[in-house]
Amino acid sequence: MLITRAGLIAGLVAGAVALTACGSDNNSTSSSAGGAGSTGSSSSTSSVDCTSGTLKSDGSTAQQNAMDQWIKDFQSKCSGVTINYGGGGSGQGIKDFTNKQVDFAGSDAALDPKKGEVTAAQAACGSPAIDLPMVTGPIAIGYNLKGVDGLVFTPDVLAKIFTGKITTWNDPAIKAINSSANLPSTKISVFNRSDASGTTQNFERYLAASAPSVWTSEPSKTWAGAGQGKKGNQLVGQAVQSTDGGIGYVEWSYAIQNNLQTAKIDNGAGPVELSADSAGKAIAAAKVAPNGPGDLSLKLDYATKTPGAYPIVLVTYEVVCSKYADATKGKLVKSFMNYIASSDAQNSVHDLGYAALPQSVQSQVQAAINTIG
Amino acid sequence: MPDRNSSTRDADTRNNLRRPVTARPTADLENQENGVPDGPGKPDLSPPPQLREVTVGSAEPLAVSSGAVTVSGAAPSLVAGGRRRIGDRVLATLTAGSGAFIVLLIALVAIFLLSQAIPSIAKDHANFLFSRQFSVRSEPLQFGVLDLLWVTVISSVLALLIAVPIAVGIALFITQYAPKSIRKGVAYLIDLLAAIPSIIYGIWGIYVLAPHLVGVQRAFYHLDFIPLFADKGVDTGSIFDASLVLAVMILPIITAIARDVFVRTPDHHIEAAWALGATRWEMIRMAVLPYGRPGVISGAMLGLGRALGETIAVLLILSKPPEGAPFTASIFNGGQTFASLIGLNMQEANGKLETGAYIAAGLVLFVLTFAVNAAARAIVNRRKEFV
Repeated sequence: MLITRAGLIAGLVAGAVALTACGSDNNSTSSSAGGAGSTGSSSSTSSVDCTSGTLKSDGSTAQQNAMDQWIKDFQSKCSGVTINYGGGGSGQGIKDFTNKQVDFAGSDAALDPKKGEVTAAQAACGSPAIDLPMVTGPIAIGYNLKGVDGLVFTPDVLAKIFTGKITTWNDPAIKAINSSANLPSTKISVFNRSDASGTTQNFERYLAASAPSVWTSEPSKTWAGAGQGKKGNQLVGQAVQSTDGGIGYVEWSYAIQNNLQTAKIDNGAGPVELSADSAGKAIAAAKVAPNGPGDLSLKLDYATKTPGAYPIVLVTYEVVCSKYADATKGKLVKSFMNYIASSDAQNSVHDLGYAALPQSVQSQVQAAINTIG
Repeated sequence: MPDRNSSTRDADTRNNLRRPVTARPTADLENQENGVPDGPGKPDLSPPPQLREVTVGSAEPLAVSSGAVTVSGAAPSLVAGGRRRIGDRVLATLTAGSGAFIVLLIALVAIFLLSQAIPSIAKDHANFLFSRQFSVRSEPLQFGVLDLLWVTVISSVLALLIAVPIAVGIALFITQYAPKSIRKGVAYLIDLLAAIPSIIYGIWGIYVLAPHLVGVQRAFYHLDFIPLFADKGVDTGSIFDASLVLAVMILPIITAIARDVFVRTPDHHIEAAWALGATRWEMIRMAVLPYGRPGVISGAMLGLGRALGETIAVLLILSKPPEGAPFTASIFNGGQTFASLIGLNMQEANGKLETGAYIAAGLVLFVLTFAVNAAARAIVNRRKEFV
């Protein structure tokens, strides 16, 4: 048999095409699914209102893991539904939302009236846009110091470490709040985010609110303190893990993944360990500062002295229209939002490093979702 | 070989040869024995034009002997027809069109860069070329590219210094020393390096290579009376780490071109060296290297161009130093190159002015690469006469 080069290439291409046929496709948009259009028709126990259709969304990468999980679960409950969530960052998400490229956006910050985002979103929707707080991610202060677990930091000391004013682990300021710890003279290696990030913004907001005398720069997505910048939560976590004496701020799941020691934060009401409960307490203490009717932008009190509240949290929002021009789309958005605001869904992302919405906020969110048309 | 050449030449002159002989080099290159066939995945790089000219120069005696020179100098009406064939016209148009298209593309890119960057540069409150800060999130804009220029240039130059000797060594090994049986294999493996995606290099660099280089870095700290080797507390993610990874990335490009050039060393140069009683190394030094120098420089400039613009590998590896840190010449510090700055910040850039500032940084990189390539061309053209 003569195997020519052309024949070989053709064979490889044919083989590749054949292989793509393998693998089940759970995300087909075909209308062959039987559950289209009828309410509660699927066999799932939770009351999910399944309308068929496709939703496009993108935005914050901080909530990417939660979104992926929720989309997977929602689509398995409702065949005939396809939801896409791209990453791209909060800025990209809001841009796409105001350009009508996506049906809803994920954002680390609520629509900013100062930047004209509120009016732009309203113009795109034809109705006021609503910010729904949906994903809460505690920001862990991960460090790597052999044999020294459960270190406590006050906002003041934390700000001094992250602005480079405290440079060694056995500094008297750290010793003062950790009298029982055996602190070595290792240099503190600070790691931060080199890319623009919502995690950075929320951490800077915390430092600016609770240690304003030490942290004087305006909170923004770009890190303005000391230390080496690494790209993404993943590389910051890896850098802290591989450097003795390293410290950095990462989303909770990355601290767990990289086996970092997490610090307790003492905001004035005693050291608080990071957990779903303590993060939830901080969110519950947040005040709603609406941008418009039905809007639920939260104003987090980073300087909170509520006992048992872990203050360094980030909340990401889903930006939706209150009334959609396309009624089926509106129904689908409402159905999906209802699902992800439910206790089942909120608890399902706990292992991914997210804390569930506290009850008080959750009921407000559910009330707001009911107004979506 | 001479017979084949002269017969085609006669046929061509019969068919009308308006252009002088020197413009028909491709026949010669095809006919030459090539010791190393192209491996799969070879980067699409044709030998620089000066090589063709050189090769044709050595073929001129053939043209004289066949008498074609006198014929081609004659008036076209003496050859059959006096008209061009359709094939000639089509090819001429297509090639001219391709050339024009490339020039147009470059011009459009330059126009885009300028149009986006100029408004931001106009609003820049700091000296664009000499300021070291880059704060563009809010008015007033203050950005300058001095730091970026330093880190980009030093990391690329270091990568080049590491890669070129190794590439020349590999090329010499493949063309001069290796037994015929393993030549293809080694060439194939080197070409495979070019097929690895940049992001894989970045991930490999930061997860595997950088931790292993900590020891090497620490050894260099002993030499820190030289400011280049000062200790800046950056264990992994220094310019040194990035340069090594860049060196590995540009190695296959330089090797491919060097290999190509060394193989085309005229046999009579090599035989002359042997006849003078040279050892293998002396032969290489006398015949192969001088002949190949313009080609190697060309390859090095291509590699440098790639290193200057490499984005994803660099932004994964380099640690970003804190804003406002004092200038240091140390290669063991972190830093940001033009490409990594744009790559890290473009997604969240908000508004025309902020985006324009990043594009201005891109414009400087564009101009820098242009200047480097122009300088390389000048060097190569100057040396051409002596080959």
